Amino acid sequence: MSISGFQVPAPRQQLRSTADLTALAGRIAASRDPRKPVLIVCGGTGCRAYKCNEIIDALRAELAARNLASRFDVRVTGCHGFCEKGPLMIVMPQGLFYQRIAMADVPKIVEKTLQGNEIIDSLLYRDPQTGEKVVREGDIPFYAKQMQAIFHANRFMDPTRIEDYFAIGGYQALAKVLSTMKPPDVIQMIKKSGLRGRGGGGFPAGVKWETAAYAEGEERFVICNGDEGDPGAYMDRSLMEGNPHSVIEGMIVGAYAIGSHQGFIYVRDEYPLAVMHLGIALDQAREYGLLGRNILGSGYNLNIRIVRGGGAFVCGESTALMASIEGRPGEPRAKYIHTVEKGLWNQPSCLNNVETWANVPLIVNKGIEWYTSIGTGDVTTDPWGGSKGTKVFSLVGKINNTGLVEVPMGITLREIIFDIGGGIPKGRKFKAVQTGGPSGGCIPESLLDMPVDFDELTRVGAMMGSGGMIVMDNRTCMVDVAAYFIKFLQEESCGKCVPCREGLRQMGEILNRVCRGKGVKGDIELLEELSQTVLSASLCALGGSAPNPVLTTIRYFRDEYEAHIKQRTCPAGACKELVSYSIDAAKCTGCQVCVRNCPQDCIAGKKKEPHVIDMAKCVKCGSCEEVCKFDAVVVR
Amino acid sequence: MSFQAVDSVIAKHKYDESSLIAILQDIQRQERYLPADRMKNLSDRLGVPLSRIYGIATFYKAFSLHPKGRHICSVCTGTACHVRGAPRLVDKLERDLKVKNGETTKDGRFTVQTVNCVGACALGPVVVIDEDYHGKLTASKFEKVLKQYK
Repeated sequence: MSISGFQVPAPRQQLRSTADLTALAGRIAASRDPRKPVLIVCGGTGCRAYKCNEIIDALRAELAARNLASRFDVRVTGCHGFCEKGPLMIVMPQGLFYQRIAMADVPKIVEKTLQGNEIIDSLLYRDPQTGEKVVREGDIPFYAKQMQAIFHANRFMDPTRIEDYFAIGGYQALAKVLSTMKPPDVIQMIKKSGLRGRGGGGFPAGVKWETAAYAEGEERFVICNGDEGDPGAYMDRSLMEGNPHSVIEGMIVGAYAIGSHQGFIYVRDEYPLAVMHLGIALDQAREYGLLGRNILGSGYNLNIRIVRGGGAFVCGESTALMASIEGRPGEPRAKYIHTVEKGLWNQPSCLNNVETWANVPLIVNKGIEWYTSIGTGDVTTDPWGGSKGTKVFSLVGKINNTGLVEVPMGITLREIIFDIGGGIPKGRKFKAVQTGGPSGGCIPESLLDMPVDFDELTRVGAMMGSGGMIVMDNRTCMVDVAAYFIKFLQEESCGKCVPCREGLRQMGEILNRVCRGKGVKGDIELLEELSQTVLSASLCALGGSAPNPVLTTIRYFRDEYEAHIKQRTCPAGACKELVSYSIDAAKCTGCQVCVRNCPQDCIAGKKKEPHVIDMAKCVKCGSCEEVCKFDAVVVR
Repeated sequence: MSFQAVDSVIAKHKYDESSLIAILQDIQRQERYLPADRMKNLSDRLGVPLSRIYGIATFYKAFSLHPKGRHICSVCTGTACHVRGAPRLVDKLERDLKVKNGETTKDGRFTVQTVNCVGACALGPVVVIDEDYHGKLTASKFEKVLKQYK
């Protein structure tokens, strides 16, 4: 049965055994024609910001108007990763990749590509290196160097339809675990896989599960940490939006392993689409009996509930998150006793991040050997011995190809930033990359060839964090960046312990002073000293890692601090109080664009004659620099 | 929103004290802020001290104790937007609308706030007004965008 091109699913029936699930997956696969053309449109939050919803509506209307709705499926999926080029579309089965689609392109796509079998040249990706157009998604350098183990599935499913997940082998890992494995076997498997927590600390997941399984308690809980608060990081959101079932399946496997019957997904309220998709996914899983009582006839029971966060960064910390689930302000507590032993309502609680949970079905399905073949080190005897599997990074900032990239552990920063990310825009020079969120560190150019894994990043003073990677160029001031992060953390500090609350405030004041050109001799040393106190005396990991951005910028970019303090200049031209604007008469063509755009009317000059800025009136808003096409505005 | 509406929100969450944050979120969504009398009402109905509700309402950023303007203008100050020039947009906004971060304009047209990251980094620097995303903004483009909201 089909109404305007959509398959109406049969009523969902409880699956009573793993055989039921296999049979259902088989029926779904058989009912689908792999040759039927599908238009895959990215509907993640990133592409929605490009108004992809209007494109999708127009596409459906266009197909209906031409009576083609039954011949072509439109599949709205989660994020594909290449946010820079959105809105994105893949035309299957040919695998054509169209980017930056505008409303006006919709009729052309239907007429030329779908009806006329013609490739529209203007919508193809153009490789900036070679200047050549690329037809298929996999041939684009951005994708070619990635290893999408987790993210790949996003393309193949509408996240609001569990049947799409079944069709690509969804919940088979759960079936395998429930029918053939005892809980301790599952724990051993995860331990041997070397899976480490993707949320920040990189703690071996199997070790955590084992502790939770054997800790004393009346009941135990599994929790998914979807409180992705790191600025510039959105991979967890994209997973929850695009493939919520992979997260849920991982959680059910983990809950079975540790003997939990209640799970929670804590997700930011600022992620409405993720909340919605997770809610739909949980409902559908329940309808099929994949959650609730007697899952797949195994006798095992589990419920999972969504808890929405209240917009506090500190709630990404485990004890704060659990306080928030209990309905209290999210203040961390000292972890003399870990949350795996006494967590939520003082019961053993196993908390893992979104991406960690999503790795679990992969490990069960593809096996330990496959998983440990990817990455660095050796985890056969020690789960801390290396970093295995892939990691999703959100590659943002001063980079040509902004987006989510999934790469094998051990890849170099240079490969990520230059091969996949396409380098720095406007031909500027790379300066640093900041990893690990606000409490991570800035890594300079000299370390670009280091392999990216948990231990290497920690060694250079940064950290993996949840996977934010912010690229900075020669116009980014490292003192300003340090001040930015300290201000962020100062605002997000819960205020419970003194070193974090007061220490960060003092560090913030010193950094601001330096940025304003009011720094004094000894400020750098004072910052280092304060950092040590905050590092060693704070209650939780927020304060315990907060000085990292300051320490790494001092370690690698001390000369910039000194320039601010001794010469009262900002080498990057970013600190407002320390720069002045002028116009390079040799480059100025006298086009008057800056004159028209200056909100202060402080640029003078006749047409075709070099312009002059009156610094007495200038508020340093930067408008002239932004509009000048000839790079004639000098900021120094 | 009437007191009955508060009751129905509480009922939806099954009078569960641990759902206090979710209850406040629902009230805030309807009212656009947390009025004092609603919080008192909630305290009575749920049997939770008002001080605890106030504690939660002031701890989490999502809650506001003051009415908000007709349009919520959120300047993303995530790291990617910061290095791409978000501070210039904040300056521009404060200069043109004569408000500071978190304040509402005198005519009630805009509430201006900075937010940590909206996760649309490819569009940075980005400003979200109500539910519309405005990306790759410069100070002069921003001026034109603001004019669209009355």
